[in-house]
Amino acid sequence: MTRYLLRRLGQSGVTLVLVSIVVFVGVRAMPGDTARALAGEETTPEALAAIRAEYGLDDNIAVQYARYVQHALTGDLGTSARTGLPVLDAILDALPVTLELALFSLLFAVVLGIGAGVVAAVRRGKPAEWAASTVALLGLSVPNFWLGIVLILGFAIALPLFPASGFVPFGTDPAENLRRMVLPAVVLGTGLAAVVMRQTRAAMLESLSADYVRTARAKGLSPWQVTGGHALRNSLITVVTVLGLQLGQLISGAVVTEQIFVLPGFGKLMIDAVFTRDYAMVQGVVLFTATAYILVNLAVDLLYSLIDPRIRLGGAR
Amino acid sequence: MNTQLAAGRDTPLWRRLAGNGPVLAGGTVAVVFVLAAAAAPLLAPYDPARADFQAALQGPGWSHWLGTDDLGRDQLSRVIHGARASMQVGVLAVVLAFLVGVPLGLVAGYYERFTDSVVSRVTDTLLAFPFLVLAVGLAAVLGPSLLNATIAIGVSLVPQVVRVARAETLRLKHLDYVQAALASGGGPGTVLFRHVLPNATSALLVQATVGIPAAIISEALLSFLGLGVQPPDPSLGVMLSGAQPYIAAAPWMAVFPGIAIVAATLAFNLLGDGVRDVLDPKGPKRGGR
Amino acid sequence: MIDTEPVLRVRDLAVTFAGERTVHAVDGVSFDVRAGEVLAVVGESGCGKSVTSLAVLGLLPEAAKVTGSVRLGGRELAGASEAELRAVRGSELSMVFQEPMTSLNPVLTVGRQITEVLRRHQKLGRREARERAVELLSLVGIPAPRRRVDEYPHQLSGGMRQRVVIAVAVACDPAVLIADEPTTALDVTVQAGVLDVLDSLRTRLGTAVVLITHDLGVVAHTADRVLVMYAGRPVEHATADELFASPRHPYTRGLLAAVPRPGTPPEGGRLTEIPGMVPALTERADHCTFAPRCDRADERCTTARPHPEGERHLVACWHPEPEGTP
Repeated sequence: MTRYLLRRLGQSGVTLVLVSIVVFVGVRAMPGDTARALAGEETTPEALAAIRAEYGLDDNIAVQYARYVQHALTGDLGTSARTGLPVLDAILDALPVTLELALFSLLFAVVLGIGAGVVAAVRRGKPAEWAASTVALLGLSVPNFWLGIVLILGFAIALPLFPASGFVPFGTDPAENLRRMVLPAVVLGTGLAAVVMRQTRAAMLESLSADYVRTARAKGLSPWQVTGGHALRNSLITVVTVLGLQLGQLISGAVVTEQIFVLPGFGKLMIDAVFTRDYAMVQGVVLFTATAYILVNLAVDLLYSLIDPRIRLGGAR
Repeated sequence: MNTQLAAGRDTPLWRRLAGNGPVLAGGTVAVVFVLAAAAAPLLAPYDPARADFQAALQGPGWSHWLGTDDLGRDQLSRVIHGARASMQVGVLAVVLAFLVGVPLGLVAGYYERFTDSVVSRVTDTLLAFPFLVLAVGLAAVLGPSLLNATIAIGVSLVPQVVRVARAETLRLKHLDYVQAALASGGGPGTVLFRHVLPNATSALLVQATVGIPAAIISEALLSFLGLGVQPPDPSLGVMLSGAQPYIAAAPWMAVFPGIAIVAATLAFNLLGDGVRDVLDPKGPKRGGR
Repeated sequence: MIDTEPVLRVRDLAVTFAGERTVHAVDGVSFDVRAGEVLAVVGESGCGKSVTSLAVLGLLPEAAKVTGSVRLGGRELAGASEAELRAVRGSELSMVFQEPMTSLNPVLTVGRQITEVLRRHQKLGRREARERAVELLSLVGIPAPRRRVDEYPHQLSGGMRQRVVIAVAVACDPAVLIADEPTTALDVTVQAGVLDVLDSLRTRLGTAVVLITHDLGVVAHTADRVLVMYAGRPVEHATADELFASPRHPYTRGLLAAVPRPGTPPEGGRLTEIPGMVPALTERADHCTFAPRCDRADERCTTARPHPEGERHLVACWHPEPEGTP
C-alpha cells in the first residue's frame, strides 16, 4: 500500500511538472504581446521596453519558467494585467463559487444517477428501465450550454421560479444563494447523472446475478438489504471509478455553466482572462485547475482502494 | 441477446450492425445529417448570411420555417449551414485524433519500456487538463477559426485514442498467434498492421463513435464561447450565443439550433451504443431490449 | 425410520422454464427428510439437483414455474408469499452453495455476513450478534475466530470460506440445511474436513441435511438415504446401505460401476462409462428418459413412463434388478 502510494505520488509529480511547462510555453505562444497587454494605454516603445525589462520578458524562456516556478511555490502566481491584483487572490475568490457549484451538481448527479441506475437494473425489462435509459441517453446528448438556455427559458422566464443569472455568497444570504444554484447545478449535473446512471445500471446488473447475491437472498434478507447492502455496495466500486474519470467533465462543464449563469467562478475567470489576454491569469487558472484535477484523481484512486478491501489489503483474490 | 445468439459470430459485421435497432435509428439520422451538411448550399432556401431587417425576429412561419434572427437571417438556412460546420469539425477532428493517436498508441504498446513511458507521460500530461480547458487553451493559442477549432478538438481527443490503441496493442501482443508471428521473425510492421490493427478495429470504432458527438458538442461550445467559428459565419454554437440576448423575445432562435445539436449527438450516441453492443455483447449494455 | 415426522416433505415437485422451448428441468420429485438425517440427492450435472434445491427455497427466477408441494414442519412453502419465504430462508431452511469463492460478498467482512442473518432473524443486537458470529466460526472449525471475524473473504482459503458459508447457514439453527455440492470446488485434502463439519453439526444440532452431490464417495461417507435423479426425474430412492449393496435401476448401476474402487482394477483398465447422452429436457417425455442409453430397453420403455414404485426401495424402471441383487 505504501509503495503503491509513493509510486502514484511520483507519477503525479512528474505529470504536474510537465503540465506546468506545457502551460507556461502554451501561454507564451498565445497571439499578442504580453508587454503590450500589460502596458494598457501606454504604447510608446520606451514604455514597452521598460515593462519588458521589469517583468524579465527579454530573458530566455527557461529562465522565465524557473522564475515563475520559484514564485509559484511561494504562492505568487503573478499579477493580473487587467485588475493589477494578485492572480492567486482572484483564484481564491472564484474557488468557493466553483466548488459550491461542483458540489451541488455532483450531489444531484450521484443521487439521481445511482437511484435511476438501481431502479433500471432491478426493474429490468420493465417500462421503468426503458424510461430511465432513454432519459439517460438524452441527458448524454444534450449539450449543457443549451440545456442551460432551455432551463432559463422554462424556469426563469416562462415560469419565473429561479433567477436567470448572478451569484449571491452563501454568507450574505443562504436561501438566495441556494436558489441561484439550483439551475446551474442541474445543468452541470445532468450529463454526469446520465453517465452515473448507465454505469450503475451495468454494474448492478452484473452484481445482481452474482453468487453472493443469491447467498444473500438465501439468508432471507429483505430485497432492500439484498439490493442495497450487497449488490449496490459492490457496484459502487465501479461507479466511484467512473465518477473520478468524469471529474474533468465536471470542470469543463463548470466553465460553460458559469458563463451562461454569470457565476463569478473559475471557468468564468478563465474565459474572461483568455478574451482580455490576461496572460498571468490564464496561466494561473489553468495551472491551478490542472493541479487540482491531478490531485483529485489521486484522491479518487485512494478512495477506490478504501472501498475495495481487495486492493486496500493487497490480497491476492 | 437472443437475436445476437441467432445471428452468431460468423455473420458479417455489417449484417450484425444492420440488424441492431439503435444502430439503424442512429445511423439513419446520422446519414441524413451528413447528406444535409454536404448539400447545404442546395438545400438551404436562403443565403445564410443575407440580412433582411424587414423580417427580423420573425417566429416560425411559411416563408421562414424556423423563423428569423435579430438581423432577419433565415434560421433554417443557418441551421443547415451550421450543421455543415458541425459535421466538418466532428469528422475531421476525429480523423486528426486517429491519425496522430493510433500510431502513437501502437508504437507505445509495441515497444513498451522507454517509448511507452514517454508516450504515456505525454498523454497523461494532456489528460491532466480537463477536455474543455485543453480545447479552450489550444483555441486561444491558435486563434479563433473553424480550422483551429478542429485542430484544438482533434488534439484534445488524441490522448483517449492513444490510450485505447495502446491498451489494445498490449492485449493483442500477448495472444498466442501474435507471439507466433513475432517468434517467426515478423517485424513491427507486419505484426502491427497485419495482426494488431485489424483486431483493434472494434475498440477503435467504438472510440470513433464516442469521439464524433464529443467533437460536435465541443465545436458548438467553442463557437458559443467565441473561440470557434466567428460570426457572421453560421455555426450552431454561434447561433446559440447570438440568441442569448433575445431569449425571452425570440426563443425559437435558441431552440432550433439546440435541437439540431441534440439530434446530431443523439444519433451518433445511439450509433455508438449499438456498435458497442454488437461488437462486445458481454460489455456494459444500454437501454432495455 | 417411520417413527418421526419428516421436517421437510417434498411431493411431486416440478419446475419448468418457459421460453422459446419450454424446459422441464425437474419433474415429479418427492422426498422426505427427518431431523438428524442426511439425504443425498445424486446425479450427473444438469439432472435437476440444483434446480430442486433452489425451488425448495423459492429462489428460482420469475421465469420458472414451480408446481407440487414443499412442506416445512407444518407449513406449505410452494406458493407462499415472498415475505413468508424470507422469514423461513436462513432461519429454518438454509443453504450452502457450491462455490465458496463467489458465494461470499467480497466487500463485506466475514463477521458482517454472519451477523446480518442473526440480526435479521433472531433480532440480536450488534454486540450479541458479533459474539455469536465468533462462536459460530469456532463451531465450524475456524482457528483464531476473533481475528477472522474481521477479515474479508479474499483473506481466507477456499476451505475456510466454505466453513464460513456453513457458519452463515447454521447461524439460526435451521431445521433443514440444503448443501449443494459443498465440497466440489475444494481440494480433496480439505473436502473431508468440510464434510466432517457438516456431519458434526447434524449430530450436535439435529439438523436435517439435504446433500446434493455427484460424488458417490461423499454419499457413501455421509448419507443415510439416497435419491438418484436422471434428466430431471427421480429414478431410485433407498437407504444408502441398500443402494450401494443392491442398486436396482440400470442408471444407478451404471453410476456405481463408473466409480473406481481401490483394489479392484476396472476391466480392460478403463472405467466403465454409461453410453449415450443425457436427453434434452425440452419435452415432457411420456416414456423412460433413460431408455436411449439403457441396454435393457424394450418397446415398453419407449412408450410408457415408469414411476417410482416399491415399499422402502423405490425404483422408476420397467425392468429393475430384483431386490437384493448385488
